[in-house]
Amino acid sequence: MDLEFEKEIVEVERRIAELNRLNADPKANFDAEIAELTKKLEALRRSVYAGLSPWQTVQIARHKDRPLLQDYIAGMFREFIELHGDRCYADDRGIIGGFARLDKRRVMLIGHQKGRTVEENIKANFGMANPDGYRKALRLMKLAEKYGLPVVTLIDTPGAYPGMEAEARGQAEAIARNLTEMSALEVPVVAVITGEGGSGGAIGIGVGDAVLMLSNAIYSVISPEGCASILWRDGSQAPRAAEALKLTAPSLLELGIIDEIVPEPPGGAHRDHKAVMAALRDALLRHLRALASLSPRKLVERRYEKYTRMGRRDARAERRARRHEKR
Amino acid sequence: MGWFNLKSQSERRQVEREDLWTVCPGCKAHVFREEWSKGLNVCPKCGFHDRITFQQRIDLLIDGGTFDELNAHIGTSDPLRFSDAKGPYAEKSAAAQKETGMREAVVTGRGRIHGTPVVVAIMDFRFLGGSLGSGTGEKILLSAEYALKHRLPCVIVSASGGARMHEGILSLMQMAKTCAGLSRLHRAGVPYISILTHPTTGGVSASYAMVGDVNIAEPGVMIGFAGRRVIEQTIKQKLPDDFQTAEYLLAHGFIDCIAKRAEMKDLLHRILAYWNRK
Repeated sequence: MDLEFEKEIVEVERRIAELNRLNADPKANFDAEIAELTKKLEALRRSVYAGLSPWQTVQIARHKDRPLLQDYIAGMFREFIELHGDRCYADDRGIIGGFARLDKRRVMLIGHQKGRTVEENIKANFGMANPDGYRKALRLMKLAEKYGLPVVTLIDTPGAYPGMEAEARGQAEAIARNLTEMSALEVPVVAVITGEGGSGGAIGIGVGDAVLMLSNAIYSVISPEGCASILWRDGSQAPRAAEALKLTAPSLLELGIIDEIVPEPPGGAHRDHKAVMAALRDALLRHLRALASLSPRKLVERRYEKYTRMGRRDARAERRARRHEKR
Repeated sequence: MGWFNLKSQSERRQVEREDLWTVCPGCKAHVFREEWSKGLNVCPKCGFHDRITFQQRIDLLIDGGTFDELNAHIGTSDPLRFSDAKGPYAEKSAAAQKETGMREAVVTGRGRIHGTPVVVAIMDFRFLGGSLGSGTGEKILLSAEYALKHRLPCVIVSASGGARMHEGILSLMQMAKTCAGLSRLHRAGVPYISILTHPTTGGVSASYAMVGDVNIAEPGVMIGFAGRRVIEQTIKQKLPDDFQTAEYLLAHGFIDCIAKRAEMKDLLHRILAYWNRK
């Protein structure tokens, strides 16, 4: 699945790979061509990725080669002991969590799990958690509170699962309970939107003292397709809806919803897992260090202030937004 | 966000325009409009509890002459400068304000229930489908904060299709914001009673409507997270008729009781009196 706007990049990448293969022959020498193409590739990645439309960003956020929770666990955390089950009904596979170690720091890691293959995706329900997933997440957060561990959540979901069983077991209640409890959790919470931040399914583990977002991730109240089919009565208007919803990282930073953008390498996280993980690790450690110095009382107070301010009418911010729009 | 999809709405309007009849959204029976409103918009045939306005709800629950509105000045905002196929959201919300006389989808205030002072927030579906916007969230939060400050029980009556997508991510954040306010009530031992009316879905059911100390629903009303059609498309099977009704939620353990409209005030009074050690 190549993305339309990436075609040229993919083509140059293919040619470089081809020349590298030929170069293996000791008689061949394509070093100059390879160097030139590599330069071209870098420039291309930069120019394409600098001018992405919101809809293109949506496609990158959903790219199958983007790092997934299991990649972060293997590549960014030093240790992970998975803890299963919500102690009520099930062990949801759309949200998983457990004791983890980031560098030397112990953290409770919770995140949405998607799969790369169809089988994996069926098992993980495509990253769409049932209520049991949100209840497991809450159980682990309460455990983190008991042990004094900071919580790190990695968010990547199209949304909470809209299924019959999910309703029967209280999807709404599970998310509502998490929002209520997370607002008063007495340990630091750092949430990261790594791919798709799909509505209630995202914020259900996303109330954080610091909310970070990868530069090509998205975060929205509804999918662009869903919004388009309701407000435009035409699902194919998704690119317009993506524009209107302001779901990209720069827009969300401007709106005060997220605290920091973690830069992906030019060409996107799916091209270089290592680079994005290094950047995310640094950002996480920096925030965890800063939050560790706050008392539980102060933490909860700050979080309350942060969330209760959101959407409060602020004449100055509105003027700023208007100016931004004109540019 | 199911408020755009209430399928009976257009046919209903057509019949209503014609004469003095109202068509019950529950059983499709034709009922004299006068009888309909005398019965508090409850169908005399099937008992369906249809929507009522915030004013009717105040008259129903709050002692006459005791309601003092709080934060009436808070209205809608348009943080995204949102515009869709039907035009700018700013125009849409202005039209809703004109049509309903409300500034947001919720009216909040203090009043008395058989003498007991309470803080009350009442949503009205007429205002953009009772959708949760920034102004709605702000008024709910301020109600919770007022209740905390004065140690008054907080009663929220929900009626909503969910988050207001015209305000994008900010409407999603209102879920976290309102729950943060209610969480403080919880820790301070101040009661919060949630009343769920037709319909209570999406982002409102997934935030303040579901976390009452006591959750009470009107009979037969629709309560759920995802819309029925979305679920049917996802699981590719037909859902049972009673799916997402108040009775279904009662049977699955998510609400405490079901009370008829005419009996709601007395039930609230009994719960509040119990809390007051009376």
